[in-house]
Amino acid sequence: MTAVGKRGAIAALTAGLALVSAGCSSSGGADSKPDLRRPDASAAVLPVLRREDMLWLERVSFGLDSATVADYRRLGRERFLDLQLSDQGAALPAPIAAQVNALEIAHTDPLNWLADVNAQYKAINALGDGPERERARKVLNDRGNRLAYEAIRRELLRAVYSRAQLKEQMVWFWLNHFSVYQHKGNLRWLVGDYAENAIRPHALGHFKDLVMATLEHPAMLQYLDNNQNSAGHINENYARELMELHTLGVGSGYTQQDVQQLALVLTGVGINTGNPPKLKPELQGLYERKGAFEFNPARHDFSRKTLFGHSIDGKGFREVEDSVALIVAQPACAHFISRQLAIYFVADNPPPALVERMTQTFLHTDGDIAAVLRTMFLAREFNAALGEKFKDPVRFVISSVRFAYDGRPISNARPLLNWLNSLGEAPFGRQTPDGYPMTELSWASSGQMSRRFEIARSIGSGNAGLFDNEDAPPAPAPAPAPAPAPAPALASSPVAPSGFPQLSNRLYFEAVEPFLLPKTREALNRANSQQEWNTFLLSSPDFSYE
Amino acid sequence: MNRRELLRYGSAALLSLGYAGRLYAAPLSGPRFLLVFLRGGYDSTNLLVPYSSSFYYEVRPNLAIPKPDAASNTSALALDADWALAPAVRDTIGTMYQQKEVAFIPFVGTEDLTRSHFETQDSIELGQPLGSSRDFRSGFMGRLSDVLNGANGAPSISFTDALPLAFEGAATVPNLSLKNVGKPPFDERQSRILSDMYSGHHLEGVVSNGLELRHEVAQEIADEMKAANRDAINTKGFELEAERMGMLMRDKYRIGFIDVGGWDTHVGEGAAQGTLPTNLSSLGRGLQTFSQTLGAEWKNTVVVVLSEFGRTFRENGNRGTDHGHGTVYWVLGGSINGGTIVGEQLAVNRQNLFQDRDYPVLNDYRAVLGGLFRSMWGLSAEQGARVFAQKAPVDLKLT
Repeated sequence: MTAVGKRGAIAALTAGLALVSAGCSSSGGADSKPDLRRPDASAAVLPVLRREDMLWLERVSFGLDSATVADYRRLGRERFLDLQLSDQGAALPAPIAAQVNALEIAHTDPLNWLADVNAQYKAINALGDGPERERARKVLNDRGNRLAYEAIRRELLRAVYSRAQLKEQMVWFWLNHFSVYQHKGNLRWLVGDYAENAIRPHALGHFKDLVMATLEHPAMLQYLDNNQNSAGHINENYARELMELHTLGVGSGYTQQDVQQLALVLTGVGINTGNPPKLKPELQGLYERKGAFEFNPARHDFSRKTLFGHSIDGKGFREVEDSVALIVAQPACAHFISRQLAIYFVADNPPPALVERMTQTFLHTDGDIAAVLRTMFLAREFNAALGEKFKDPVRFVISSVRFAYDGRPISNARPLLNWLNSLGEAPFGRQTPDGYPMTELSWASSGQMSRRFEIARSIGSGNAGLFDNEDAPPAPAPAPAPAPAPAPALASSPVAPSGFPQLSNRLYFEAVEPFLLPKTREALNRANSQQEWNTFLLSSPDFSYE
Repeated sequence: MNRRELLRYGSAALLSLGYAGRLYAAPLSGPRFLLVFLRGGYDSTNLLVPYSSSFYYEVRPNLAIPKPDAASNTSALALDADWALAPAVRDTIGTMYQQKEVAFIPFVGTEDLTRSHFETQDSIELGQPLGSSRDFRSGFMGRLSDVLNGANGAPSISFTDALPLAFEGAATVPNLSLKNVGKPPFDERQSRILSDMYSGHHLEGVVSNGLELRHEVAQEIADEMKAANRDAINTKGFELEAERMGMLMRDKYRIGFIDVGGWDTHVGEGAAQGTLPTNLSSLGRGLQTFSQTLGAEWKNTVVVVLSEFGRTFRENGNRGTDHGHGTVYWVLGGSINGGTIVGEQLAVNRQNLFQDRDYPVLNDYRAVLGGLFRSMWGLSAEQGARVFAQKAPVDLKLT
């Protein structure tokens, strides 16, 4: 590497020392987290920030805010990256943590709901035609919808506020890679748990664990119908997508025969919300159960299978584990996952040499996602591609709110979801199992660009309801203005008294203004008001590309 | 200055104000095609009622639509000795059928047997042969647009929030939902500044087209409200959208796409009244409004209404129907050979059901649409094959 790399290494050393002492106090608890103290400028190891720094930081994070820029200046690139890759706690600001902790999904195990929900739907269906049934159904549906919204709200709040920004981006990436759709079956009740317990714990871990966690989650089993896959009643849906979308990629060399064999391996992998089945004595030892996930040997096809030429004896759930191990060890899997990551983070057509190095890292580290990301973020090709990646709607919306409100806690996440809905990238809203596309072509249609500008205007010229209290009980009279949030640490409030954000703030002058494109600068000069200026800035190509 | 001139010169006026979009002036007259995609799988059996089939009345005890009654003008409308049209669209589509502006194609659909909404919707929108690996970057309307030389030959538009798969692969096709088109969010000065900010950028055309379209639509609607001597406030929902689509397709666009949801009636579908009839009624009024708005260009226009699949022939235990297979497509147009029910057909009875549950597919959607496109635009065999590969077109002699 060039001078940048050396500089980064020195920075890492310096910052590493600071971090060791900072980390000691909290290292014992489960909540160990990065040092959140705002550094004084004198501690910065990067006193001058270059365009490249800002663009790099925009990609590693969901967008700039003062805290992220300060972390980066203090730590330098490599140390910053290592901290982001270290899978530390989310470190949410207290008011946001309080919102998240108050959610119903934070206190209940939805896998226990499932039995209850199924029973309730059954009881409702037995009511017979009439308003009573419709009413009961609506009550239950509304509750499911509310729980799905809670799951979305939790992810949105973390995306905006967590200091572990790369972790949050990876949670999004994997939720999209292992996409499930909340409007199928009972998934509304499950998506919160899916994100929290299948995806999040492994977002920076080993890829195989991620595959197994999704394979054992009722949301995925229901979404791709494997709960209906049993000996003599084969459903190939999940087996196919597991190879095509989740691990190997289409056209990577597996055959229809492999799909059929994997479908046989997956027979009996399903959902059970009730009592364990009665099994013959010889099968009892092969039964597996975790929450609502079940491997039922009585539904399993015990014939001998052949996957990629490897023979797999009929031995129950071990076949599934062995098959997944076999699949994720294929070079095609390492390549496919590396390329998907590079499409999301680097470029719509990522440089093959970079993908190849990431693939090698994947293979040498047994699919260590953090290691693959490290290879990617520190690559020369990564730097070379900066400034040309179009933000998908999630990145656009999250980065807008991060930049506009700079850490000030919102109390209503609905507008964020509304914006994502109108741009067509709602969480858990992709009907097809392929997940949302990650390339510019899919998000930069004329209608979507116009919509993007309208959202920029909503954010730039008001607060769009972000500071309404969505947890307040509905009041008969117009609700009083919510209590003002505590002033942020910076002296100047990022929000003007009239409700719109002041984007021409210190963060702007430090991290954005020096690098603006001339045409953007011209547009800003033509603004007639602060609101208009905000709107133009958030609408600019500078803001939509990173 | 009439509306049409206003629109054309209006665009030029916007240009002179600094719009950088690539504007095109399509010839005013020429073939137009609108695809109306009913997402969710509408119950075609209760639209085109097989009233001569005793089996229909046997297996739909709650959902069957009563036989046509010649003495009543609110009953199903007999179209021939076997088929009747749902009362919900009697006054709209029924009237147009009698004027030979509507034809139906029963037993039509795809080879896709997944009975999955998204699989089958994708299949249709991509319009590629099944069994080969799918290219999600190439939809059949995108290919049609390209074959017709895109914006210069047949300017295309999608009246949806996002560009549908059907248009994937085409050179810039704008999209704009006409559901809620209020005042444009940006005035002309702001729009100009936004466009200028992207001048020289590769999104320049997309950005200026989007902003411009928004202004044009707002302008067109305001103008139409003034010009039309009737109460436009009465139109709402799909009817209102359809009117706006009619204006845009009359004046500027040649190929359009719209989708309409709410057809997945597993529960409480309704027979003569209820969910499905309400949706059908709204759709029928919208299509009639669309035809009227097009004025003289209705003669040049073909509308196809389709859905990803039909529903089970029998009603289910919830007074609804489940995902099926074969369905009924509608073809509408001012100069089609309508007033007929076309394509391969079978008697409607239990033996002829596919897998003892659904209408079979006797007419492949790619062959049917391919045949329509060929005759509408006089496509060569090679051009036709670019739109629908490996599928011989079938000419149903509708155009």
